[in-house]
Amino acid sequence: MQLAKRLFAALTVFMVAPLLAVSLVLPGAGTAFAQAGAAPGIVAMPKPWEMGMQPAQNILKQRIIDLHDLVLVIITVITIFVGVLLLYVIYRFSAHRNPVPSQTSHHTGLEIAWTVIPVLILVVMAIPSFRLIYFLDRTPAPDMTIKVTAHQWYWQYTYPDHGDLDIESRYVREDEGKPGHIRLLSVDNQMVIPAGKKVRILTASADVIHSFFIPSLGIQRYAIPGRTIELWVTADKPGVYYGQCNQICGTDHSRMPISVRAMSEPDFKAWAAKEKKSASVAPSGGTATGILAVASGFTPQGIQR
Amino acid sequence: MATTTHDDAHGHDAPGGGAHGYAHGHDDHHDHKPGFVARWLFSTNHKDIGTLYLCFAVVGGLVGGVLSMIMRAQLQSPHNTIVESGQEWNTIVTTHGLLMIFFSVMPALIGGFGNWFIPLMIGAPDMAFPRLNNISFWLLPPAFVLICIGLFMGESGSGWTLYPPLSNATYESGMGMDCTLFALHLAGASSILGAMNFITTIFNMRAPGMTLHKMPLFVWSELVTAWLLVLAVPVLAGAITMLICDRNFGTAFFDPTQGGDPVLFQHLFWFFGHPEVYIMILPGFGIISHVISTFSKKPIFGYLGMVYAMVAIGVVGFVVWAHHMYLSGIDVDTRAYFMAATMVIAVPTGIKIFSWIATMWGGSIELTTPMLWAIGFLFLFTLGGVTGVVCANAGIDYSIHNTYYIVAHFHYVLSLGAVFSIFAGIYYWIGKMSGRQYPEFWGKVHFWVTFVGVNLTFFPQHFLGLSGMPRRYPDYPDAFAGWNAVSSFGAYLSGLAMLVFLYVCFKTFTSKEQCADNPWGEGATTLEWTQTSPPAFHSHLELPRVR
Repeated sequence: MQLAKRLFAALTVFMVAPLLAVSLVLPGAGTAFAQAGAAPGIVAMPKPWEMGMQPAQNILKQRIIDLHDLVLVIITVITIFVGVLLLYVIYRFSAHRNPVPSQTSHHTGLEIAWTVIPVLILVVMAIPSFRLIYFLDRTPAPDMTIKVTAHQWYWQYTYPDHGDLDIESRYVREDEGKPGHIRLLSVDNQMVIPAGKKVRILTASADVIHSFFIPSLGIQRYAIPGRTIELWVTADKPGVYYGQCNQICGTDHSRMPISVRAMSEPDFKAWAAKEKKSASVAPSGGTATGILAVASGFTPQGIQR
Repeated sequence: MATTTHDDAHGHDAPGGGAHGYAHGHDDHHDHKPGFVARWLFSTNHKDIGTLYLCFAVVGGLVGGVLSMIMRAQLQSPHNTIVESGQEWNTIVTTHGLLMIFFSVMPALIGGFGNWFIPLMIGAPDMAFPRLNNISFWLLPPAFVLICIGLFMGESGSGWTLYPPLSNATYESGMGMDCTLFALHLAGASSILGAMNFITTIFNMRAPGMTLHKMPLFVWSELVTAWLLVLAVPVLAGAITMLICDRNFGTAFFDPTQGGDPVLFQHLFWFFGHPEVYIMILPGFGIISHVISTFSKKPIFGYLGMVYAMVAIGVVGFVVWAHHMYLSGIDVDTRAYFMAATMVIAVPTGIKIFSWIATMWGGSIELTTPMLWAIGFLFLFTLGGVTGVVCANAGIDYSIHNTYYIVAHFHYVLSLGAVFSIFAGIYYWIGKMSGRQYPEFWGKVHFWVTFVGVNLTFFPQHFLGLSGMPRRYPDYPDAFAGWNAVSSFGAYLSGLAMLVFLYVCFKTFTSKEQCADNPWGEGATTLEWTQTSPPAFHSHLELPRVR
């Protein structure tokens, strides 16, 4: 796996070498990560000059990375094979080295080989691929459920197991941010989950299609009005996991980040109780979920199947 | 491919001359051209219509290219405000995609090269329906105007996939969106009419002795493409008609508040949209086959395998559409099927790649400019193809769907695949089409600058995607700054390459040197090389016989 990554990296460095030096001195590339370092626990977000997937923070992403590494090795080998073959052919059969062309235009054995071998390679890839999608699909025994409703341009997190607790999560502008603010990733209210627990997520939308995407946790699904999509997630350790809306949804598409905070279970319970209390003191105005989010509820495509 | 002789009989009995009777009776001089307006506005001549298509494609490509320069300038570093609002940005993204697909790649590969070379290669005097051919072209300029209206009104910010509800009247209420949809209707009608014409021509007007299995691969590629167009584009037409009705006439096909379903649109769109990507690449396959065979001085390796690989790609291309919808809540078993079907496409594609290499094997290779583009195509299309296998995996797709990995993947197969094949075609045939040969040195400069530029642009986008950068973002978290800057510099280099191309065009058309009828020698065996350069206004009035 490491080998393929190295090869990939080498290929790129070769391609970008002339401009790498210029780009390295660009301002701003390294600052975000330095700021994020101040937060407690894991902080999962993209890093400057990252060349692969964000490190796995749970078993879902780990399995995705494992499969991706396998496929990456295979495709890197194939690409290099084709590249080397091309270079050899250009060299060996150039007009001045080989002035008289052969007229061969058939070779049954070869033709069978380059049909059958790719099929076998695909089978090698397909078996873990099928395992992976069935593993990622659902979890039979979730510990709790969170409903994620997308809006133009914020996320709403509802906790049906905790008295329908409602959190609205919006992007925070840079000039309003607190210390440790990460531009275009920080939000005012995070989605909070207990670390190590299996959380069932149901996505829906109140307006247009959005996509709920957290790279380091290996999850992504569309949030579609009139439909509820089920997935599951878990975070191994306490920390903050960043993601972004990933389906074009209008003018502020780039300004509805996702931030998930995983806490230990007692902390999570305390948080939920506190939030519930403050919600009952000052109701947050009914959190207009919009017609659809209510109408779609948890039934259509969701848990009842 | 096939050796030919010319009939000794004189050409009074030539078929297909009905639409232009004035050509009859000039056995030795068929070059009687009509005046400017009649020739270019009312044209029924396949070569003139092909030329119109090619010019149109260059204009479409330049406008789409300017949009990409704007986008890469905006993305060069975070915080940029070259594009002022997200809505404006979304409109640019949408228009860039639609322009490049419908107004550049398709007109060049299908309308341009298809019109020019199908009749010449099959030994037909013209297309089967010359006036239909004229309509096919002239539907495009109004479509282009409409899409530009959508762009300048800033009201078509739905992405080229046009997913409702974002594209419906609630969220994109302006008339600009309707203009864009009507533009697609017109461009679609143009494609369908053109495709009917191609199919009829290829089935009915081949020279005596040219059986389907002796037909040049470029003609085969256009035939498969035409079938894909005829079967896929009407589905798009249906979907956007329903969308237009939703927007303007109170229907609710895709509106969930009234029982409609946004995912239905995705199914319809991608039932068209996936064959569409093969529509864009198949004619390129045809061109590459000819270029490689010509400059290796060898017949194409595994001709029948090449033909049926294209047919297989066309057929399987129709049953893989939902791999664009892994996140849309379709059932896991359905995802499993679409994953398997998608991977299968790698097999015929692999057959083609290896057959091309085998064609070069044992050949006597001359690295002329068209051959450079073709070899560049082989390598970069392979690279784009193998990342397609990554994307096909529904599991991996959860982490790369809609990220820059996808952008990198489809630009490798289209911007570096289809576009490379277009340039290969232009350099291969410009001498034939214009009678003037391109300057070899500048052609090579064009190739190398483009090659470095596009790789610099798109290779780092794989990293951005793996790292999780979403597409269609006008601004991004600071961590993505590095590779974005590299990508932007690459894009500027590609832009520079386009200027080199324009210089190449200038040098070519102002050149005094007359191009030979067959400048490529023994390797160029297809019928277009038996014609003069440029071919007479009416060609093949004496039917060639293919043995």
